[in-house]
Amino acid sequence: MWSFSKIANIIHEWLSQTFNVTWTTIIEMVIAGVAVISLFAVLGLVLVIMERKVSAWMQIRLGPNRVGPKGLLQSLADTLKLLVKEGMTPNGADKFLFNLAPFIAMMVAMLLLAPIAFAKDFQLWDLNIGVLYVSAISSISVISILMAGWASNNKYSLLGAMRSGAQIVSYELSAGLSVLAIVVLTGSLQLSEIVNSQANGWWIFKGHIPAIIAFITFIIAVTAETNRAPFDLAEAESELTAGFHTEYSGMKFALFFLAEYANVFIVCAIGATLFLGGWMPFHIGNWNGFNNIMDWIPSSVWFFGKTFFLIFLIMWFRWTFPRLRIDQLLNLEWKYLLPISMVNILLVTAMAILKWHF
Amino acid sequence: MAFLKLIMFLKDYIKDVFGAIKSLATGMKRTGYYFTHHKEIITQQYPDNRETLHLPERFKGEVVMPHDENNEHRCTGCTACELACPNGTIKVVTKFDITPDGKKKKAIDKLVYHLELCTMCNLCIEACPSDAIKMAQTFEHSVFDRAQLTKVLNKPGSKIMDGVE
Repeated sequence: MWSFSKIANIIHEWLSQTFNVTWTTIIEMVIAGVAVISLFAVLGLVLVIMERKVSAWMQIRLGPNRVGPKGLLQSLADTLKLLVKEGMTPNGADKFLFNLAPFIAMMVAMLLLAPIAFAKDFQLWDLNIGVLYVSAISSISVISILMAGWASNNKYSLLGAMRSGAQIVSYELSAGLSVLAIVVLTGSLQLSEIVNSQANGWWIFKGHIPAIIAFITFIIAVTAETNRAPFDLAEAESELTAGFHTEYSGMKFALFFLAEYANVFIVCAIGATLFLGGWMPFHIGNWNGFNNIMDWIPSSVWFFGKTFFLIFLIMWFRWTFPRLRIDQLLNLEWKYLLPISMVNILLVTAMAILKWHF
Repeated sequence: MAFLKLIMFLKDYIKDVFGAIKSLATGMKRTGYYFTHHKEIITQQYPDNRETLHLPERFKGEVVMPHDENNEHRCTGCTACELACPNGTIKVVTKFDITPDGKKKKAIDKLVYHLELCTMCNLCIEACPSDAIKMAQTFEHSVFDRAQLTKVLNKPGSKIMDGVE
């Protein structure tokens, strides 16, 4: 049967027979880059139409229904519009930083894609500190937002960027601590190792209540980190007129937009890897017949299914909850999420030492 | 005493957390219900089905003046509609007709209607004492020239119906 790892191996063998080692590496890098860029393009299209349909159905509306069958080509038409639109740079802006910011936002999203295991044995870079790498790189995204807000020379943009800075810095803590709970249980920072440790059950089932608490904390914290409602104070259409990207138009705006959706995909992919077993199929104890049927479903389908389930959950949050005030936002982090996840990590550590998990 | 206070605090804290989770879950249950039940959708689609289109009786599209087959209308030129209009949409231009027995009688020359100013509030129709004007069921009003939105409601050569005072 065809799988992603098989295709990758065939390409690798053919390249090593035809070229020497250096050229093989270079060509493989180019292929990986093109694959990442095309994945982002497809993700942008799919997630935008998904968000618009989900939001419409949750608000008792129909959503886009004119372009293509059932309006499914709407995001393609929107992309075409953004591509041909003029990318303005305001006169008072810091031109270099203003034009650099969207590319940094995009680069951060691309870097985060490196350690994610998309299918069995299919990973760009399986580094041994994968979890640390992810949390380190994801904090860089605040720089692009601050850069955009500062360079726009617009008070709303600056206000939005400042809020985003406060938000990402504080929520990084509880996101890190909830990820740490799984690292404690697994005993490894390597993402492939974490996936392999869930072969006999996902951590959300094996880890009892502490793992569920960690999962809830993780979902809340990453929603805040990706600046999505109910934590979208950095954008806040109604008060800040879209915050840090008020002054952006055309393709530069599209890059910010794409980076937001790419980040949503990445945090959901990481959540799926840590708590829901990545590409591991769903197994129940020793029901061999059931387990064999589950094994028959390709690992990439499992991975993308779990990731899209989490994306749907985050969209569900966005279209249900009202936006928090800045003081409520910081209260939630410092008075609730952080103490809870600190107590939780103690529980998890005790559990890991006493081998209470399965 | 201090220990009791701590216990009370912890109780309230945990109650807060569970209360928050419960209220968030209630909200998500409602939106989840709407997400799965598409029959609740309240959006009215644009009427592409012109043949079978059935608009509600009280739909207000634009003000028109009905004429009968003899090109006669029911407007006496009393300007009640012009006075009732909140934003000066209707302008009644009157003239004097000579009746067969030699008397002068007030009648309308033109009833000018500015569709671009109209808010479809229905006050002119309610003010009209002789039911000369009514709301039509048209809804595609876009034109390329603003002048086309200024309409004269009475047809050329029309006159008032007999018996309408």
